[in-house]
Amino acid sequence: MWNEEIECMSREDIFELQLKKLQATVKRAFDKIPFYTEKYTNANVFPEDIETLDDIVKLPFLTKDDLRACYPFGMFAVDKKEIIEVHSSSGTTGKPVVSGYTQGDIDNWGEIVARGLTMMGLDSDDIIQNTHGYGLFTGGFGVHYGAHRLGATIIPISTGQTRRQVEIMADFGSTCLIFTPSYGIYLGEVAKEEGIDFDEIGLKAIGFGAEMWTAEMRDRIEETFKTKAYNIYGLTELMGPGIGMECCAQNGLHIAEDFFYPEIIDPKTGITLPEGTHGELVLTNLERESMPVIRFRTKDLTALHYDTCECGRTLARMERITGRSDDMIKVKGVAVFPSQIEKALLKVSDIEPHYQIIVTRPDIMDEIEIKVEASEALFSDDIKEMMGVKRKIGEYIQNEIGIAVNVSLVAPKSIPRSTKGKIQRVIDKRNLH
Amino acid sequence: MYKITQLSIFLENKRGNLYNTLDLLAANDINIRALSLADTTEFGILRLVVQDPVKAKKILEEHWYIVKNTPIVGAELDDTPGGLSSVLKILNDEEIDLEYLYAFTHEKTEKAILLLQAEDLDNLINILTAYKVPLVPAEEVYNL
Repeated sequence: MWNEEIECMSREDIFELQLKKLQATVKRAFDKIPFYTEKYTNANVFPEDIETLDDIVKLPFLTKDDLRACYPFGMFAVDKKEIIEVHSSSGTTGKPVVSGYTQGDIDNWGEIVARGLTMMGLDSDDIIQNTHGYGLFTGGFGVHYGAHRLGATIIPISTGQTRRQVEIMADFGSTCLIFTPSYGIYLGEVAKEEGIDFDEIGLKAIGFGAEMWTAEMRDRIEETFKTKAYNIYGLTELMGPGIGMECCAQNGLHIAEDFFYPEIIDPKTGITLPEGTHGELVLTNLERESMPVIRFRTKDLTALHYDTCECGRTLARMERITGRSDDMIKVKGVAVFPSQIEKALLKVSDIEPHYQIIVTRPDIMDEIEIKVEASEALFSDDIKEMMGVKRKIGEYIQNEIGIAVNVSLVAPKSIPRSTKGKIQRVIDKRNLH
Repeated sequence: MYKITQLSIFLENKRGNLYNTLDLLAANDINIRALSLADTTEFGILRLVVQDPVKAKKILEEHWYIVKNTPIVGAELDDTPGGLSSVLKILNDEEIDLEYLYAFTHEKTEKAILLLQAEDLDNLINILTAYKVPLVPAEEVYNL
């Protein structure tokens, strides 16, 4: 265990530690960040109102839109010179969210990822091949800092160059691979083509995350790479990967509770739900110098468990993410919202056409089809013009979401409606739930 | 009087769609004078000249079809070899770009009727008239 004192702390002590840190965080946020001063004053709640952990419900939630409104540096609690690194979530609708880090934050990030890598059975002798992208995306760097902290050897190869990945894996003797499930499956196929025998390579562990996955996908990955695969959870707003990491029990992800306070709420009412109940995960930074994020609605659906894990850790476990409370979908790793499709369609026609997004994964790569019902405005007697309309819709959507889509024009009323006349906007046939 | 109202109908390229559409018109006693279908792998445009375009459009729209009225012009040809090419030669000489054309014959007059669509339909009518190509009045086509 990397940090037994924290990871096996009694629940009582964890809650006490969390309360202390929460009080300090709320006070700092209120004092240093005008956004919180105003938000909490308007809600008539003040730092001294936080007397117990349960009092956290008095604080209003923070949404992605709030963070976006503070773009780029409005959420920083420290002088800009203290910030040594920034990351950013993909700018899906409007401005992206910027996440800042002080030296202390980077150290803490390394700490939580080092704990997780240890949970996966790794130590300073290991060679970690990190296929997560290095860039504004937090995936690459989070794992990188964790590996440094652990003292393992990191291969910062990033995503792509798949044949080279395979060669390096064999030549360097990588003992751990970090990837997104879909890239991992692809990497596995290429490795097979190259004649790699994973029994021979002897990987110790796989860490995967940044995408939704199913038990079948994990089975396939473990079968391909002949080792166990562990889930890693994180999000840029709060830090990055490492917020939750899976241990050898593979029974949920341990949340680094000394750094994050998790809650589960009913996404409709906002009311906190008890242990074991499924709802939306809400997270609070308990020790973030640069940018304390308090009660952030992740939109990720999961449940929390507080019983001691069979690995001996007392840290709360979250289940694997099984869905979203909003309508975001991830396609090829890119976040896509139906509102973006709507925006693109409105550029082609003044009246919003009826549409449906269909996501499939015929083999290993996601595909996205947008069915658009033809309308008076989109229809013309000229085939060339119709093909032009179709092409334009595709281009506008690609501009908006950044990935290519297949557009098909379908007959009016041909997309099934519910009894209330509503179209199900997203059909995800990838079976990720 | 020479502009014939053609119905242009959006159809998805799916088995049964053409049949369903024509069946709907048949069930409502709509007689089809001429038909052409332009298609892509995914959708097509069904072009119809019918006896009563107003009624046909109404019925189709009641069944959620997208229908546009497109004016076209009908030229009468001798139903003999060379009949069509003589008209096309005129259009070629006059540098008229046709969008599409289709033709049908009718037994009563032993004539063929060529249906034409061009971007500038008025110009097309003027040229055909100038070359003394007999145009068929719309009412006559509807009521053949």
